[in-house]
Amino acid sequence: MIDYLITHYDDLGKATLEHLQIVLVTLAISLVIAAGFTLICSCFNQIAQFILGLFSMIYSIPSLALFALLIPLTGLGKTTAITVLVIYNQYLLLRNFLAGLDEVDKSIVEAAIGMGMTPVQVLIKIKLPLAKCTFFTGIRIAMVATVSIATIAASINAGGLGTILFDGLRTMNSAKIFWGSLLSALLAIFIDGLLGFLNKEDKSPKPPKIPQS
Amino acid sequence: MYHQIINYFQTNSNRYLQMLTDHIRISLWALLMAVLIGVPAGLLCVRFRHLQKPVSTLFRVLRIVPSLAILLLMLPILGTGAAPASVALTLLAIPPILENTVAGLKEVPAFLLETADSLGMTSGQVWKNIRFPLALPLTLTGIKTAAVEIIASAALASKIGAGGFGDLIFTGIGLFRTDLLLIGGISVAFLSLSTGFFFYLLEKILLKYKRM
Repeated sequence: MIDYLITHYDDLGKATLEHLQIVLVTLAISLVIAAGFTLICSCFNQIAQFILGLFSMIYSIPSLALFALLIPLTGLGKTTAITVLVIYNQYLLLRNFLAGLDEVDKSIVEAAIGMGMTPVQVLIKIKLPLAKCTFFTGIRIAMVATVSIATIAASINAGGLGTILFDGLRTMNSAKIFWGSLLSALLAIFIDGLLGFLNKEDKSPKPPKIPQS
Repeated sequence: MYHQIINYFQTNSNRYLQMLTDHIRISLWALLMAVLIGVPAGLLCVRFRHLQKPVSTLFRVLRIVPSLAILLLMLPILGTGAAPASVALTLLAIPPILENTVAGLKEVPAFLLETADSLGMTSGQVWKNIRFPLALPLTLTGIKTAAVEIIASAALASKIGAGGFGDLIFTGIGLFRTDLLLIGGISVAFLSLSTGFFFYLLEKILLKYKRM
């Protein structure tokens, strides 16, 4: 086990970096798209349920199946992998973003409108800061899920740690399987821990609870 | 394409049915084992408070670990075939069931328990008549999440020799046969969507009292 690490540390490092690259690219693209969907959903309440329902249905389709269905359209490789990952992330992100915006106290929003803020100002100055915590949770869940599904994406030639796993499986090389699994698990745990830590570090002043009369 | 798919079903319908039953059988076994372990473990967690923290931390970590990693880590220990695949899938499915059972049991309002006590119910009766029925909706949601996850990961389990629709998809990727990819992908997707629908119906039937 240790021998493999010593002789192949460059392969392992490269695969980990490639994995991280897939995760980060996916995150960047999905955040932009999810922000757009969130805006649409918060403006038109009627279609919010429909869009969320649609994404939740897509989310329940197994990743391997979705990869298989997209290969005829976009071919093998990173493009297909990232497309699928972005689609999956939409559900996780959108659900949390909408929940976060919903959780903002109505009286605060009303007070902001009463002070003469425009809807855009209400969104940027009131709703976004207050919903930050829920947003972070959504991003955290999405990133962990992305790390997990990105290992499967190696089966369609997207690279990353899954390549080492599948190679190890093909040649029955238990050292490869071990290190591939360990690194992908550690990457997921690390990202989860890091985002949890960042969220706790950020001590924005909580709004005082309004006493209910 | 259309012609190819028709052709596949004409020549390989036996093989297709075999994969369908394999996929469902592995998933059912894993789900059954996960329910049999997860629900009692949840009960123990609620009964003995100090157990809850270590157990829930353990399963939270298990949940973060990529499913492919869990499947493949089982390989050197248990070998290949349907049995190890079921064990690995069980491990994947326990966390949502356990978490939701604990959450469901904890959410039972304290005043209901007190009322039951003062009505003279024994502790066994409280569990049977108050706690279980009230925890059921959340537990069912957990089982549903687990079932959908199992169906998805069972496709991967074909890599460790468990059979199922994963065979078809991996063959399709290997040979770049679009027809196999489409058949496999649509079948797995259909299976997981219909599992979701099945649990939706089950919830409706079991939780009739909610609509009264």
